[in-house]
Amino acid sequence: MPVFNIIQAVNDALRIEMRRDSRVVVLGEDVGKFGGVFRATSGLFEEFGGERVIDTPLAEAGIIGTAIGMALYGLKPVPEIQFADFIYPAFDQIVNELAKFRYRSGGQYTAPVVIRTPYGGGIRGGHYHSQSPEAYFAHTPGLKVVIPSNPYDAKGLLLAAIRGEDPVIFMEPKRVYRAAKGEVPEGDYTVPIGEAKVVREGRQVTVLCYGAMVHTVIEAAEKVAADGFDPEIIDLRTLLPLDTEAVLTSVRKTGRAVIAHEAPKTCGYGAELAALIAERALMQLEAPIVRVTGFDTPFPYSLENEYLPSPERVAKAIRDTVRF
Amino acid sequence: MLMTGRQPSSSEDELFSLIEDDGSVAPDGRPPVLSEVDALRLFRALLQVRLVDERMMKLQRQGRLGFYMQSMGEEATHLAVHALRPSDWVFPSYREPGAAFYRGYSLKDFTNQLFGNAEDPIKGRQMPVHHSARSANYVSISSPVGTQIPQAVGMAWAAKISQKDDVALVYFGEGTTSTGQFHVGMNFAGVFKAPCIFLCRNNGYAISTGYQHQTASRSIAVKALAYGMPGVRVDGNDLLAMISATEEAVARARAGDGPTLIEAVTYRRAGHSSSDDPNVYRDPNEPKEWERRDPIERWKRYLVARGIYEEAIESQYRQEIGEEIVAALAHAEKIGPPAVETLFDDVFSEVPVELEGQRQELLALPRYVSPHGGS
Repeated sequence: MPVFNIIQAVNDALRIEMRRDSRVVVLGEDVGKFGGVFRATSGLFEEFGGERVIDTPLAEAGIIGTAIGMALYGLKPVPEIQFADFIYPAFDQIVNELAKFRYRSGGQYTAPVVIRTPYGGGIRGGHYHSQSPEAYFAHTPGLKVVIPSNPYDAKGLLLAAIRGEDPVIFMEPKRVYRAAKGEVPEGDYTVPIGEAKVVREGRQVTVLCYGAMVHTVIEAAEKVAADGFDPEIIDLRTLLPLDTEAVLTSVRKTGRAVIAHEAPKTCGYGAELAALIAERALMQLEAPIVRVTGFDTPFPYSLENEYLPSPERVAKAIRDTVRF
Repeated sequence: MLMTGRQPSSSEDELFSLIEDDGSVAPDGRPPVLSEVDALRLFRALLQVRLVDERMMKLQRQGRLGFYMQSMGEEATHLAVHALRPSDWVFPSYREPGAAFYRGYSLKDFTNQLFGNAEDPIKGRQMPVHHSARSANYVSISSPVGTQIPQAVGMAWAAKISQKDDVALVYFGEGTTSTGQFHVGMNFAGVFKAPCIFLCRNNGYAISTGYQHQTASRSIAVKALAYGMPGVRVDGNDLLAMISATEEAVARARAGDGPTLIEAVTYRRAGHSSSDDPNVYRDPNEPKEWERRDPIERWKRYLVARGIYEEAIESQYRQEIGEEIVAALAHAEKIGPPAVETLFDDVFSEVPVELEGQRQELLALPRYVSPHGGS
């Protein structure tokens, strides 16, 4: 089985689906001959041509707006927004149009667009190449939000997203684009949207995370395990629809929950997870829920390693929660 | 205009019209081929929009309808869709019901939508006048202006990619040309030669805000220049000119020669919506000026000049439409709201577990009774 990084896995998924389904088109800034700034669409232009791998003008609202129109007509567009930080010019098209087409037309019109976008910090990108805007989209009924942490899931989830009938915000953890490597089956397979995965079984505390933060949490778990702690790690993989059963089953078992994400704390996705646990597993809790998140500041440049949840911060949260 | 070495193009500055005051067709015009049957069908369609508007506004004033938007004076712009085939798509804004009717949207569906009742084709999901008619390729309307423009370009572009010769016609008002969506859509269409017809209803007002507060451009049509496409200014109250210009644009789009911007110069004689009082911001005599240029009266004069107008036919149309409206209203008013459980449908292709839980939560509660009536 080949070993791929996340970029290669995404690229493989796109190639497989474009070969299988002529309705699939890729569009975005620099996705054509150049193959995307992170090379995720590399080689697709050569294989499928400029009609299906489209370099667009530099306008995110246009990329998503036209992708919606393409999907209405029956194509399966997979637009790329070069950095999640640049997605806001398309916000109206995403939250007011894409998310609502099926509902507002009583099911007459659907726009199953899969928006791929690299997100997250840790690449010395400052405010505008580091943000984690997942909560805005998880807060919008009508959108699915998928965030893989590794190559296997990235390929399988992207194939599932493109084959689905709903719009998907597919956020790719760019800090580990190349660092996260793993065996990826050749050919076709899907990972179901809406299913979390237990990446480390443990008895003492449930650590909920997704995307690049999964790797930080694994590192933290290794640290604390050396001291006899036994955390369970859940990679959510899909934020919406959330696998609530996986979350609640684990928390009911361990009686403790730590939530880690890069996005700012206030109204971040962790708030939703904490509320869910408080609503449905309060009586099983042995300790307060703890969130380890980015701070409520804009994403910084020089101090990004202080801003981002580090393995040490996660490890401390695990220890404190277990000892509470 | 300061454009060195370039004379203003006639098409971008002159107002293209065909029907003269006496109903005859301008001698040097290029009138479209229009059968007598079609000419009368268009007359009936114009009348239908006017009569429906009059009735629905009365209903709104009586408190029987929550909200309404009328089209008085702009009806001819709706029927530019005569130039389309059924497989072409229309991306409307909220003031082109005639385009939907003409493509087969029934008065019954229209009225049920206004009432948001259990037979509303969009299941009571939107305010009145936000229609959607799949069978007519008339795309679901949203309130934020301009979002339909890049979408229309995407649909047209998709037809091209799919090697079909369907085209998109997108409607918007002159106020919408101030948005980024207009720029983005025009720009993408120009770059990719998308078979898209941009039809701007320049009716003079965006709610209360006049043309000169939207743009310093001497016309809307001239904006086409910067996007590498033709722009034409058409008398929007002249249905023959509207059809002619649209047919030309459609032919160009189908032939692979790309998009066209049509500026339909018209006037919004009524308020923006039933919530609006235009006398606050404009001279009440201004709309009266435009009554003389009424598009329906003008079409009538054209029919007379062609020798196919009969008063009896008009009376018959009026009576048929009137009866249809009465029947549609009687029906719509007695249908209740959509079933409560439908609130959770169509968010996704399937109802996710958590959303199903919310549905069960709502269904377990006693039914909410609004103190304001309705559902």
